[in-house]
Amino acid sequence: MENSQVNYDTLIPNNVGLSEDRRVLKALEKWHPGYIDWWKNMGPNGFQESQVYLRTAVGVEKNGWAQFGYVKMPEYRWGVLLAPQVENRTISFGNHKGEAAWQEVPGEYRAILRRLIVIQGDTEPASVEQQRYLGQTAPSLYDMRNLFQVNVEEGRHLWAMVYLLQKYFAADGREEANMLLQRRSGDIDKPRMLGTFNEETPDWLSFFMFTFFTDRDGKMQLESLAQSGFDPLSRTTRFMLMEEAHHMFVGETGVGRVIQRTCEAMNEAGITDPYDIDRIRALGVIDLPTLQKKANLHYSLSLDLFGSEISTNAANAYSAGIKGRYNEEKIDDDHLLHNDSYPVLKMVDGKIVTVQENALTALNMRLRDDYIADASKGVGRWNKIIQKAGVEFELVLPHTAFHREIGEFGNTFCSPEGELISEDTFQERRNDWLPSSDDGAFIQSLMHPVTAPGEYAGWIAPPRIGIDQQPGDFEYVQLDEASA
Amino acid sequence: MDSLLKQHLIDPEICIRCYTCEETCPIDAITHNDDNVVVDADKCNYCMDCIAPCPTGSIDNWRLVTKSYSIEQQFEWQELPDQEDLGDADSGALNEALDKEISDLLEHAHSGTGGKPIAPESAAQPSINLYSTSKPAIATVQGNYRLTDEDAPTDVRHLILNFGETVFPILEGQSIGVVPPTNNTSGANPIRLYSVSSPRDGEKQNANNIALTVKREEHGACSNYLCNLTKGDLVEVSGPFGGTFLMPNDPNSNIIMICTGTGSAPFRAFTERRRRAAPGAPGKLMLFFGARTPAELPYFGPLNKLSSDLLEKHLVFSRLENEPKEYVQDRMTAHAEAICTLLKNEKTHMYICGLKGMEQGVEDALEEACFHHSLTWSDVKQNMRSSGRYHVETY
Repeated sequence: MENSQVNYDTLIPNNVGLSEDRRVLKALEKWHPGYIDWWKNMGPNGFQESQVYLRTAVGVEKNGWAQFGYVKMPEYRWGVLLAPQVENRTISFGNHKGEAAWQEVPGEYRAILRRLIVIQGDTEPASVEQQRYLGQTAPSLYDMRNLFQVNVEEGRHLWAMVYLLQKYFAADGREEANMLLQRRSGDIDKPRMLGTFNEETPDWLSFFMFTFFTDRDGKMQLESLAQSGFDPLSRTTRFMLMEEAHHMFVGETGVGRVIQRTCEAMNEAGITDPYDIDRIRALGVIDLPTLQKKANLHYSLSLDLFGSEISTNAANAYSAGIKGRYNEEKIDDDHLLHNDSYPVLKMVDGKIVTVQENALTALNMRLRDDYIADASKGVGRWNKIIQKAGVEFELVLPHTAFHREIGEFGNTFCSPEGELISEDTFQERRNDWLPSSDDGAFIQSLMHPVTAPGEYAGWIAPPRIGIDQQPGDFEYVQLDEASA
Repeated sequence: MDSLLKQHLIDPEICIRCYTCEETCPIDAITHNDDNVVVDADKCNYCMDCIAPCPTGSIDNWRLVTKSYSIEQQFEWQELPDQEDLGDADSGALNEALDKEISDLLEHAHSGTGGKPIAPESAAQPSINLYSTSKPAIATVQGNYRLTDEDAPTDVRHLILNFGETVFPILEGQSIGVVPPTNNTSGANPIRLYSVSSPRDGEKQNANNIALTVKREEHGACSNYLCNLTKGDLVEVSGPFGGTFLMPNDPNSNIIMICTGTGSAPFRAFTERRRRAAPGAPGKLMLFFGARTPAELPYFGPLNKLSSDLLEKHLVFSRLENEPKEYVQDRMTAHAEAICTLLKNEKTHMYICGLKGMEQGVEDALEEACFHHSLTWSDVKQNMRSSGRYHVETY
């Protein structure tokens, strides 16, 4: 299949025939130096000269897309890679259901598509910026390598979105592509577009929680864009999802290994009470109640990313065939939703109640529910680690209304169990439910780099298997230049 | 033993349920319920498409079973079951090959290693025994070229086999098995193993084909059968076999290769793999290759064209007119210093492949070289072997 071959003739590896598309090639070549500057200034701080054992896609099909080898990050082969075109693909939902998928942007949907692509695109460099100092405190070379893999792939996802902007949105696409390199996470004047992406990622536990909870929102969004009637968007997001799975892996196993280590340390020291926090922390591991608080924080921030409970934007994007539901093609209904309803949690007369809403305007909530189900399973697997270690503790996801900024519960105060409370009560209990500055300081105190191959910081267990089947003491990052 | 099955399984303790494998599987052999993602043994054809996209490595688990685990059983698992005790059926099977006949052949070929052969740490995970003599893969002959000069006394052939749609994942250093058909009643011919001389992504890149280097032996049923094949003929192939004589993936690895005759096959594969996957790699490739004359040295022409940056070549001839006889061990002695410098490096791997007769000479040369460079060969060898860096395959 022609479009599974990646062309390296041009500066930008691609499987979209860039060498024959002079206009877009020129636009991307013009954008490229700005990207490299951005990477050098805002990408991982230090380590730009280190050889990192990274996965690079050299093709979008089976054997081609996961080639492992040492590479210096600024020389990573970022490129434009789309999943192979499905012949005669039709739109599977909305008012254009059954029509041939669009290869060009329909004029009437230009604005809404551009907005979706820009929002998705903005999150990619944002997370690289948020994580740029983490390399300096990596708990192992293995973890450092995983961080950098996440970072270069977020960089590639930016490329994916920028290609769509440059290719299909002419001058305003070019403008948006440039803006993506100008906004900065946490910058007061030019912040990133979504709130969560302006928060700090101050330590590795935050990074793992972020990749588990916040990147999972990204996965859900990509899944629904993969259904899009705009075929280039569908194809590019389908390929991005293959890479996104690694980010889920880093988050889930990262937190899992922290849990594992804590339970082991408790067992070794004969501590059975998970709330014996001082004694547990004295072992140099992160107590389970603090992990619960971190989960509460990152989960609630991530729920905000799904937007308002009732959204006409979401309804319009669906009816237009631009953004589908999670696993749209596996859902057994009419894929129009004109007459359907969907249960939504809302505030009515000062109470949290379930209300049947129009299924179209409730699409954000449906995606959020799919997200919650997906995240819960991961939490269930964390609990299995705790159970297996024989420690009596269970991590739980807090109530949807807990600690929210956006939507129905933005102005309410709620306990993790879902009980509405006063602001005073919330502030009083805040440090029981969310990480306090002391918790943050304790976690920070553990963040010392470990850079000997095969060694791990005391607060995290080694992984069960290496990346690409590599042995335990494999040197995933060669820190000194030209070490060979 | 035919009832033994190599079953593909997913480790539920490591899997993060991203379903990437399920999306990737071209024949829908992977499915999931609320708990686990599982592989249907009745459907899986070992195509390995799911292996690379898995972010966790949980996908790469295998058990030898007499009866496969059903998907319902797998749905219930909290963790992978241990490998069941196969009793007599298990003869180091998981390591090199399932059939006793073949693992015996490999054991004999590897006996010069001086202990249990161990795969290099950074070698890729090999697939073994996907096809057996009773259930072979069918390959089509794509080409059969004589490598030695027309008037040379030996006839060595470069044979290209194409697997078409059949999945046949094979790594450099692994072998395939061929049983020549019988046309009389004297009973079945014994199986013969041939090391592939092409890299893992095909003789032609991404073209599901392999190359073999076959020397026509007088009265050799299998070698004559193979050497006489012509384009379009069909061949029954079993394998892949071998799980230790593999090349390291780490581009920092130095690889010293010592061979005679068709023993060059795996080294052609190693070199081509390095050329394709890691050109300019920091690790050094060094080849000592002996033949009687250039006319009898397989791949003499192509070898000479390879850049010395990629491969340091020592082509050694024992029957050149007006020249003293030179054997690989003589050339090794002449380069003892370079060899010993590499031997002191923990990233150096050594491979010896060819006729059993070459082992002693090479062994003596290494012993002497080490002696003159403050090393003790027996210690070096033992250390290299136990860390998967010393390999012998002779016959």
